[in-house]
Amino acid sequence: MNVKTTGRRRAARGTSRHDVPQATATTAGGADGDASRDAPAADAAVLDLSGAAVKVGGRVLWHDVDLHVGAGTFTAVLGPNGVGKSTLVKVLLGLVPAAAGQVRVLGRAPGKASGEIGYLPQRRSFDPSLRIRGIDVVRMGLDGDRWGLPLPSLTRGGSGRAGRRAARDRLREVIELVGASGYAHRPIGRCSGGEQQRLLIAQALIRRPRLLLLDEPLDSLDLPNQASVAALIARICHAENVSVLMVAHDVNPILHHLDQVVYIAEGGAASGTPEQVITSETLSRLYGTPIEVLKTSDGRLVVVGGPEAPALHTDRHAIGGAL
Amino acid sequence: MIGDGLFRAGAAGGSGLSWNPLTDLWQIWQYPFMVNAFRAGAIVAVLAGVIGWFMVLRRQSFAGHTLAVVGFPGAAAALLLGVSISYGYFGFCIAAALVLAAATGRRTVDSGLSAESALTGTIQAFLLACGLLFAALAKGFLQDTVNGLLFGSFLGITAGQVLLLAAVTAVVLLILAVIGRPLLFASIDPDVAAARGVPVRPLSALFLVLLGTAAAEASQITGALLVFALLVMPAATAQVITASPALSLALTVVIGIAVTWAALIVAYYSPYPIGFYVTTFAFGAYVTAQMSTKAGPRRRAIRSLS
Repeated sequence: MNVKTTGRRRAARGTSRHDVPQATATTAGGADGDASRDAPAADAAVLDLSGAAVKVGGRVLWHDVDLHVGAGTFTAVLGPNGVGKSTLVKVLLGLVPAAAGQVRVLGRAPGKASGEIGYLPQRRSFDPSLRIRGIDVVRMGLDGDRWGLPLPSLTRGGSGRAGRRAARDRLREVIELVGASGYAHRPIGRCSGGEQQRLLIAQALIRRPRLLLLDEPLDSLDLPNQASVAALIARICHAENVSVLMVAHDVNPILHHLDQVVYIAEGGAASGTPEQVITSETLSRLYGTPIEVLKTSDGRLVVVGGPEAPALHTDRHAIGGAL
Repeated sequence: MIGDGLFRAGAAGGSGLSWNPLTDLWQIWQYPFMVNAFRAGAIVAVLAGVIGWFMVLRRQSFAGHTLAVVGFPGAAAALLLGVSISYGYFGFCIAAALVLAAATGRRTVDSGLSAESALTGTIQAFLLACGLLFAALAKGFLQDTVNGLLFGSFLGITAGQVLLLAAVTAVVLLILAVIGRPLLFASIDPDVAAARGVPVRPLSALFLVLLGTAAAEASQITGALLVFALLVMPAATAQVITASPALSLALTVVIGIAVTWAALIVAYYSPYPIGFYVTTFAFGAYVTAQMSTKAGPRRRAIRSLS
């Protein structure tokens, strides 16, 4: 994606939003979404958590999470397996209630802004025999939650021609943005893991969300694909001004793209820039046991700790438990 | 609908095949019960095709089969009680769908039916046995009646039954027209659909009820054991041919009607149950589609290069 097309798309964001037919009052929260989307200043908080905690099955998973995410920033959620990183995403989506503290998503309560959030759940891969094209899966992101026939050409006759064209243009645009034009018409089960992930990112992006919630999108990808999908997400984040919150178990593929990090451990949570959070002092405090953070010559971070902690970093790609 | 299978062509007063296919078709068209059979066949093929298309995408074929088999004890019980067997099919199939929906409703979409498959299979076998008992208890009916319930029959379909089938199909298609898009979303991508506010679980339960209704309808043409001929095969064939949702849905309906009508014509001149012919023609379509797409990718690749 060259700079010129990016600039054009960015300039078009403010005006072309309403061309996409789904942005009308038929979607849940669509009407008030439009009003409040234009009202707040551009630098209003996309995410605002203070003292947030969550309970699952009566057990407190994490507590005292403070996080402030501004527009167009790239934030990673890090922490050991099972600590509830995915649950944080579900809290932000309004699927799991917060047990304490305050959670605001796009200035509203969680779940009230679902039309402006793109979501990529953890480890989704499609059955190889699934006979649906990638482009259809992307299209579902646009109008899949609307009641009516799944055949758009039959439901919106006559008057909806402009809307249909806008939807088709947006579909093509977003598929080009993630570089999926070459395989969007193939059955999605036949696409590779990296190709599926790019199509799913396109699905999450198609409604021009202000926030992308990605749950381990690099998991199950090989190293070159991890790097290119990470670069794609960072480019979307900064060039399209979409805030990204990404759950990751390995920070290294995204480290040089990150603006902010939330580290969740059983002992609490810390947030700040990667340099502030991924340090021996902070992690030792969170785990309650001595932890050392080493930096390799190529800038990768490696976490070394006592017998309890390193086992939590089950990274397959770096020997010695890269964070 | 329940007929004297062995002598159906003779009993209908028709003669054997002539050398002129048009004469044969014209002859078939002379009998009101055959006209009703063609109407009923088309109606059933449309409903079973559309519901089956979603069922194949959702990988709920086992649930579909269970619901279809449940129709057999339903129909046999209706015989025993002396009411229209349509009520038996619909009553049992829809009740079974509600039970399945309640049993799987608390689980996630993925683990739902596969986790319940042993239980479902057990109940399915028991109900099949109940059906045979009911049929045996309903004395005075020939073995052919039971064959008709299991493997299909097309004789004696009344105009009233056609009307009932049409009404049920219209209601189900109307519901499907409203829930179609979110149902497709929830079928393929339940997590994201749920995050977007699609009621995934209620939709899943509602779909099971629609599936039960379609299975009950299809049972009345193909018999309880061969419902898949109309539920799975046209949809599976269409999805082999194309991955475009709109096109494969349309193809499903066309294939369903084509195999049903072809089967009706052949079955009219043949002593064997219609379910066999529907299944055989649908199977032939599926194999043909598979074989032609195996050869297809090479041709397409060459075309896209040029």
